[in-house]
Amino acid sequence: MVSMAVSGTPEKILSARELGLVACTRCAKPWPMGTETCGRCGHNLISRDELSLQRVWAYWTVGLMCYIPANVYPMLLTRTLFQVDESTIIGGAIELAQYGNWGIAFIILFASVAIPLGKFFAVAYLALSVQLGWVTSQRRRHYLYEVVEYIGRWSMIDIFVVAILSSLVQLKTLASINPGTASIFFALSVIFTMLAAQAFDSRMIWDAQAKDEGPNHHD
Amino acid sequence: MDHAATPLADLPLDELIVCPQCDATYRLRRPKHGERATCSRCHTALITPRRNAGLQIIAVALAVLVLILGATVFPFLRIDAAGTSNAVSILDAALAFGGPMILLSLATAALIVFIPLLRVMLTLYVLIPVVLDRPPARHAIPAFRLSEGLRPWSMAEVFAIGCAVALVKVADLADVEFGPAFYMFGALVVLVIAQDRFLCKWSVWQSLEHPKKS
Repeated sequence: MVSMAVSGTPEKILSARELGLVACTRCAKPWPMGTETCGRCGHNLISRDELSLQRVWAYWTVGLMCYIPANVYPMLLTRTLFQVDESTIIGGAIELAQYGNWGIAFIILFASVAIPLGKFFAVAYLALSVQLGWVTSQRRRHYLYEVVEYIGRWSMIDIFVVAILSSLVQLKTLASINPGTASIFFALSVIFTMLAAQAFDSRMIWDAQAKDEGPNHHD
Repeated sequence: MDHAATPLADLPLDELIVCPQCDATYRLRRPKHGERATCSRCHTALITPRRNAGLQIIAVALAVLVLILGATVFPFLRIDAAGTSNAVSILDAALAFGGPMILLSLATAALIVFIPLLRVMLTLYVLIPVVLDRPPARHAIPAFRLSEGLRPWSMAEVFAIGCAVALVKVADLADVEFGPAFYMFGALVVLVIAQDRFLCKWSVWQSLEHPKKS
């Protein structure tokens, strides 16, 4: 691994904004401040997205609102010869655990409960930390942001499980599985939290420090 | 070409690179093949060149294309219980949400089949001319931008884990047989991940910006 900074000289890292530049977040090329679209890849250039936090909170709220019915309504409707069984996300996982499938129950609980809840907390924490202008633990917060961005898609596992089960288990009168109302809310919740994480402008994590230390780097 | 003493502010813009994640600005230094240039502040990988990466990605992308088409057409899973049986393809699985949830069906089909398919076709469209040292294809730049923008929405590997979970759930209810599409999809997941690993975005943008004259 090579680090971009010249080794040996402990020079302070300057942001493109401090240098009077605006950088493309898609192809990493800098342009003079005020340029509107990147001349290389055509992406819109915004030095700091002032509305970013508003969008984060809007998507976050919708995601959280969808997450509640996703846990209240049944995720799967299982019909066997003599009974109809409705199970919610957590109910289904508990049932699996009772049958001894601890591993799968754990995966479901992890992907559908721990990850979504963790994401709501993490995104709120990141947005608040930027809003309140925290100076500390930038590296840790940036790492948290990357984890949230990476892990968001994995919550879709449960939706795919429902899709596979309800297409596969259609055995006429014997047994059938159908998707419950919760599945659409759960999918929406995952999509909106992914959008919330994408709307977050991670460059703002590092701005507070620059402001705090003042413009003492060049005249 | 030694600008080591020049302050960043005085360097031409072509010799700077800015971390897209944290806005740190660096003097551009091209790493050797196999090395990775990372942001020293947030450790985002900035440039990750590999020898013959272009050819490798094209080969992998062609394989992915064939596998996606195959995995969609052939039967995926088949279930047997007490004389009744049911076989489904991947598209059947994606389209399982009927009635008012048809939108969810379309979204699922897009996430597991159509977005990965579109991304692999865009990759081939952009990279083949670049690797053959020809001028870039028409609209190659928006095509690559779209491909990068769709990256988080391509969920083939998530679907694969979903399969594993679903199989365990069904296993005690009925016998499950794997169709050819099941193994194709398994291979597909590995290749899609490899394809994203090999790709150095910065190098692609650089070669789209400065195409070699042939």
